[in-house]
Formats: sequence, structure tokens, C-alpha cells
Amino acid sequence: MTTIGSAIPGTGRRHRPVERMIELLLVVCALVSAVTTGLIIAVLSVETVHFFAADEVSVVDFLTGLEWNPLLGAEKHFGIWPLVCGTLLVTVVAMAIAIPFGLLTALYLSEYAAPNVRAILKPVLEVLAGVPTVVYGFFALTVITPILQKLYSGFEVYNVTSAGLAVGIMCLPIVCSISEDSFRAVPSRLREGAYGIGATRFDVSVKIVMPAALSGIVAASLLAIARAVGETMIVALAAGNLARLTLNPTGQAQTMTAYVVQIFLGDASNFGPEYYSSYAVAASLFVMTLILTLIGHRVRVRFREEYE
Amino acid sequence: MNMPPESGNSRAAADRSPAVRRAKNRLFHWLSVAVACCSVGVLLTLLTVIGLRGFRHLDLGFLTSAPSRHAAEAGMGPAIWGSVWICLTCTLCALPIGVGTAIFLEEYRPVSVVGRKIFGLIQLNITNLAGVPSIVYGILGLTVFVQWFGVAGHANEPLFTIGQKWYDSFIDETGQALLVRVSGRDAPEVSVSESLEYRSESGRPATVQVTPEAEIAPVRTAIDTFAETLTDALSDVIEPGSNLSAEATAGLVIDALRTVALPTDDRPHAAMVDRWASLAMQASGQTGRDYRRAMRAVKTAVYTEMSKAALPNVLSAKAAATRTDRKAFYYVQIPFGRGVLAGGLTLMLVVLPVLIVSAQEALRGVPSSLRQGSLALGATRWQTIYRMTLPAAIPGIMTGAILSISRAIGEAAPILIIAGIVFIRFTPHHLMDEFTAMPLQIFDWAGRPQEDFHDVAAAGILVLLGVLLTFNATAVLLRHKYQRGNQ
Repeated sequence: MTTIGSAIPGTGRRHRPVERMIELLLVVCALVSAVTTGLIIAVLSVETVHFFAADEVSVVDFLTGLEWNPLLGAEKHFGIWPLVCGTLLVTVVAMAIAIPFGLLTALYLSEYAAPNVRAILKPVLEVLAGVPTVVYGFFALTVITPILQKLYSGFEVYNVTSAGLAVGIMCLPIVCSISEDSFRAVPSRLREGAYGIGATRFDVSVKIVMPAALSGIVAASLLAIARAVGETMIVALAAGNLARLTLNPTGQAQTMTAYVVQIFLGDASNFGPEYYSSYAVAASLFVMTLILTLIGHRVRVRFREEYE
Repeated sequence: MNMPPESGNSRAAADRSPAVRRAKNRLFHWLSVAVACCSVGVLLTLLTVIGLRGFRHLDLGFLTSAPSRHAAEAGMGPAIWGSVWICLTCTLCALPIGVGTAIFLEEYRPVSVVGRKIFGLIQLNITNLAGVPSIVYGILGLTVFVQWFGVAGHANEPLFTIGQKWYDSFIDETGQALLVRVSGRDAPEVSVSESLEYRSESGRPATVQVTPEAEIAPVRTAIDTFAETLTDALSDVIEPGSNLSAEATAGLVIDALRTVALPTDDRPHAAMVDRWASLAMQASGQTGRDYRRAMRAVKTAVYTEMSKAALPNVLSAKAAATRTDRKAFYYVQIPFGRGVLAGGLTLMLVVLPVLIVSAQEALRGVPSSLRQGSLALGATRWQTIYRMTLPAAIPGIMTGAILSISRAIGEAAPILIIAGIVFIRFTPHHLMDEFTAMPLQIFDWAGRPQEDFHDVAAAGILVLLGVLLTFNATAVLLRHKYQRGNQ
């Protein structure tokens, strides 16, 4: 940390003790976030190793098994795919809503909307982004599910579609704000050039702005997917608690986050493998979202630099 | 909407007429408007449904009363207070650390390549932390704050405590609990053969003279005999099955008391009898016409009163002591257990990345001319930060902080892992006390099968959204003021 003091010439060398102490305090503050990451990785990996040390489980079964049955029945199965399947199902439904709607709204905001429309739409999106997820869970359970059941009677009380739609609504503002940023970052000379040769707004939006901001769109989608994968309260309330390998969107499914909640709310009474399995599931979740966030961030940084 | 001029003779559009392209444009425009309206519609639906379902339950009683098994009586008083406690803890911890990190990252930027690499890594790390699912923070908080990795004993048998006092609790002749201070959890049991300092339930300290069982026994027998006589007398005056009014029953009871109590010579005090009479009146007033219950109530009341009079400040040697503890408001234990502090610190981890990034943006917004001017005048780096940069960035930092706090208020998943769904009727008393929070209470209500509880959940959501809206409005106002002040 000796290099830090020399950023502004002349001040670095003659520290008073107070200055030194404050610098030290600030370093400690900055270390908190580094330590947090370290602890997350340490805690998850130690307990995951603990889980794989049990007799009933093996790493291969965990990563390839198609049956997740840790709590009931004589024989316990720890194959993560049913949980991953549930998570992906919810995410796919959510993204089917969030990405097209979010992108269209962003395009409308940056290319079409008059200032007074923007003045309404922006706060609405901000409020939607600020609504706690437990509220969306309640909304899914008491509004979306009954509507779905009216449309098609095959929907169960807890179903993937309802939870997915709510997650989609939750993710929409994220997609919208990040992609709108990237649309606005497209230099106006590109637009003006297109208008100059007679393009309509539609042509400019779809053929100029969207391709130019493609990396922003990708980043927005990846970050939204990461959010959807890690979403807990909505799926815990509306998606059900049945881990099974299915692509049926009308029935219930258990996501990885919902399983973790189920375990920590006390369904696993002892400290057996089913308890530690939640750490393994959380570790998988962490790795998944970490990869998505990292790629999303990389892409986002790139689009920022593209036109600077 | 004024369209840009369109011409049909560009090469790209040669195969399509301007009319078609204009139609496409219009179609797309309306599609976007429809989609944009969708999000407004969703928000309106959400607010309408929740408002319609929740407003019936929403009153002062709902805000103050405790949760209940009956939907009509359920309230979120403890949940509101729990949220206040954890969010205060979270803010008090997160604000200094977050702003400190932001200052370090923005104001102490290194020039060397290695230093820059390190800073880049820290920055990337913060971005990643912002993307970590909040439930992972819950698991982290459970292991680190609640259990202290299991190295410091169990939460129920902590390694270290401050502000906890241990007592041996005795039940005296009147049924009151007497607390005798002991040195610790594992101290030997208090022997009742001596004069002891004690504290009654109401907290009043006094000295108690412990009487050996042998001396208590005759007094107790006398009281028992008296109570028997009283019961007989009452049976004489009140006929079984008689259907008398409460007042009439009470009158008969008082008469019986006078006849029984006054002739006996060992405690013939008219004042005492009057006191018994009023007790009897109360008792029969409560029990109404059921004479059996009236008699039982009278007997209990008189018995208690007589015991108090005959055996003041006497600990029954028979009563077994139970070890209990009382915790002060500054009670601290290690490990923290599933308490307010663990919840607040976990929330701190959740909001820190957001807080740091927003504080960094606020600091970046401060013109560097301010810093350079201050440095040129000979101020040290910290003086520059403390007196120039930080005051200029305070509104921006505050805005970010308020938005982070509102995130903390609505966050449910990590708190769910830390606290679980617990039925709590009281507000927390100290930082280690167990708690519930608004989102948890809503989750609990929304997850129940009964429709009634869904209405209660809607009312809870209204309260939560009301708080969040207030916070966001404050942030918007601050931002406005700040932007105007900058111009």
C-alpha cells in the first residue's frame, strides 16, 4: 500500500500520524468487501466439502444425477439437475417477458418517447425496480396464478409460469435501464446519418441503434438472468416445493434458491447430508451467478468504451 | 410527433415503398407504446389489488398489535420494530464502511501499475458482490455472525457475554417469583437457610427472611383449616344450583365471610375481612352465577391474602430454585445468535456494494478544482477530503444511502435465513434479541393457505410500500435539491 500515498505529488511523503491512521482505517474499510468475497468462497467450499464427505453422496452423482430427493423416502438422492431444471424454467419464462418488453421499453424511451412521456415512464420503472421481491411473490400467488387458472384450468396453485412472470416483471426495469444506457451511448451522428438518407425511426432503432448497442443488450440480458437465477422470495412463495425433472410450465417445480430456503426454515432437523446439501446448492448458485455477472460486466465495460 | 423527412430514393429502401416503411414505423411505435403501457398497467394492477385487499385491515391497531393466530387480530407491531432495529444496525455499520471504501477507491487512487491493478481488482470484486444472490449472504451471515464458525460455542451457550445477570428464582407463598442474584450460570444453587437479598418480579429489591419448613408448616395448616371452615360456611349460605345474580351471590359470600372470620380469635381484624369481602365481590362479579366457580375464586383470593398476611417475606424452603437470567439493553454475546446484530450485519453485506458504488459516483461528481485548490493551499489529503470533497459529495452520498436502506428494508431472503419464521410478540430489547421483520411477516402471511391472511399480508405490504415510498421520495427530493444547488 506504499504506492497509494504518492498519487498526488508532494503530499505522499510527509504524513502526519493522524493521516496515516485514517489511511489505515480506509484500507480496512476497503478490505471488508474483499474479506466478504473470501468468506463467501471459504464458507461455501468448506461446507460443500463437508457435504461430499458423507457416504450417501458423491460429486459425480451430484453433478449428473437426475433425481433430487434428500428429505423423504428411504433412499436419498442428490442429483442437482431437477433443481437446475426448475431454476432454468423460471428463468426462461422470466426472460421471455423481461428481455423483449424491457428492450422495447428502452428503445421507446431512448428513440421515440416525448419528454413528458419519459417523465411518467421513468418513475414508474424506478418504482417497479424498488418493489421488494416478497411483494412480487404475493402478486404472483394472488393475482397472476388465478388469472392463469382462468385462462387454462391445468395450472396448479403453485406453478412455474406464475413465478416466472413475476420474476420477469421484477427483471424488466433492470433490462430496461441498462439497455437504455447503451442505446443512449450510441453516438447521434450514426442516427443523423441514417435519417439523412431517409430512414424512418423504426429503421434507425432496429438497424442502427440496436446493432450498435448489441453488447449493451447482451450485458443487460446476462445481468437480468443472474438476478432471475438468484431470486428467492418469489419462487419460494409461488413456484412450489417439488423438485422434479420436468419442462412442464403449468406444474410446480423447486428452484435452487427455494431449496435453500426450505432447508434453512427447518425441514432438515439434523445436521445430516441434507443440511449440508443446501451449501452445495448455494455454491452452485454462486458459481452460476458469478460467471453471468462477470461476463455481463465485461461486456458492459466494453460497450462503454466502444464509442469513447 | 414530428417525423424526420423521409425520401424514397435511397438504395436501401429501393425495393420498399415509403408508405410501407412509414406504416411499419407507426406499427412499431404503437407496439412500443403498448409495451410501455404494460409496465404502467402492471404497477397500477399491483397497487390496486394490494390496496383493495389490504385497506380494510389497515388501522392503528394493525400497526401496533402483535401477530396473532386469528387473521382479524393480526398486527405487525413487532415486525415494524424489528425492521427498525435491523435497518438501524445495518445503516450504522454500512455507512462508515461504505463511504470509507468509496473515499479510499476514489481519493487515494494510486499511480503505479501494480496499485492500479489492485484497485481494479477491488472494484471488480465490488461489482461481483453486487451480483451475488442475497440468499448467499444469508448463508454467510448464518455461519459468520450467528455461529462464529462454531468456534465460540453454541448460541445458547455463548463463550462470552456482557450485561447478563443470573438469578435463582423461587416461588414464595403468595405465588410471586423471587429472584436471588447468583454469580453465574453454573454457580451453586442458593441455599435458603439464611437471610437473602432478593428482587421481586416488579423489580423492587428487599430482604427476605427464610423460614425453615418446620416453622411454616403450622401456619399453613391453620390457613388450610380456616379455608375449610370458610368453604363449609359458603356451602351453607349458597345453595347448589341456585340461580342468583352476581350481586346477590357476592352479598351472601360477604355475609358468610363475616360470620366465619370475625369470631375466630387469631386473626379477627375487621379491616382484613373488608378486604376479603371486596376480593370476594370481585371474584363473584367475574364468575357470575356459577356458584361453584364463585366459591373457588373466593377461596383462592382469601387464601392468597391470608398467606400474605401470615407469612410475609417468607421463602418456602420446599420451592425448588430455577436458574433464570435477565439481560440488560447492552447485552452482548459471542457468538451473536439469531439476533438483531447478526441480521443487521448480514443486511450490511447485502447493501454495501450498492452503497459503495453510489458513494463513488457522488465523489466522482465533485469537481477536481476543489481538491486542487485545497491541496495548493497546503491542506493535507485528509483535510482536503474532510473539509472540501466530502461536504460537496454529501447530498449524493445521502441519496445513495437512502436508496440502499430502502433496499435493506425490503430485503427478505437473507433475513429469512438468519431469523427464520418466528412467532414474536415483543419488540427486541437488546442487540442479541430475536426479531422478525416486515418482509418476513409478509412472507409468513402470504404463504398461509387461508384467504384471510392474504388480506393481512396485503395490509402489511401497504405499510412496507408506504415506508419505501417515503424513503424514495426523500431521495428524489435530495437529488433535486442537489442538482439545483450545483447549477
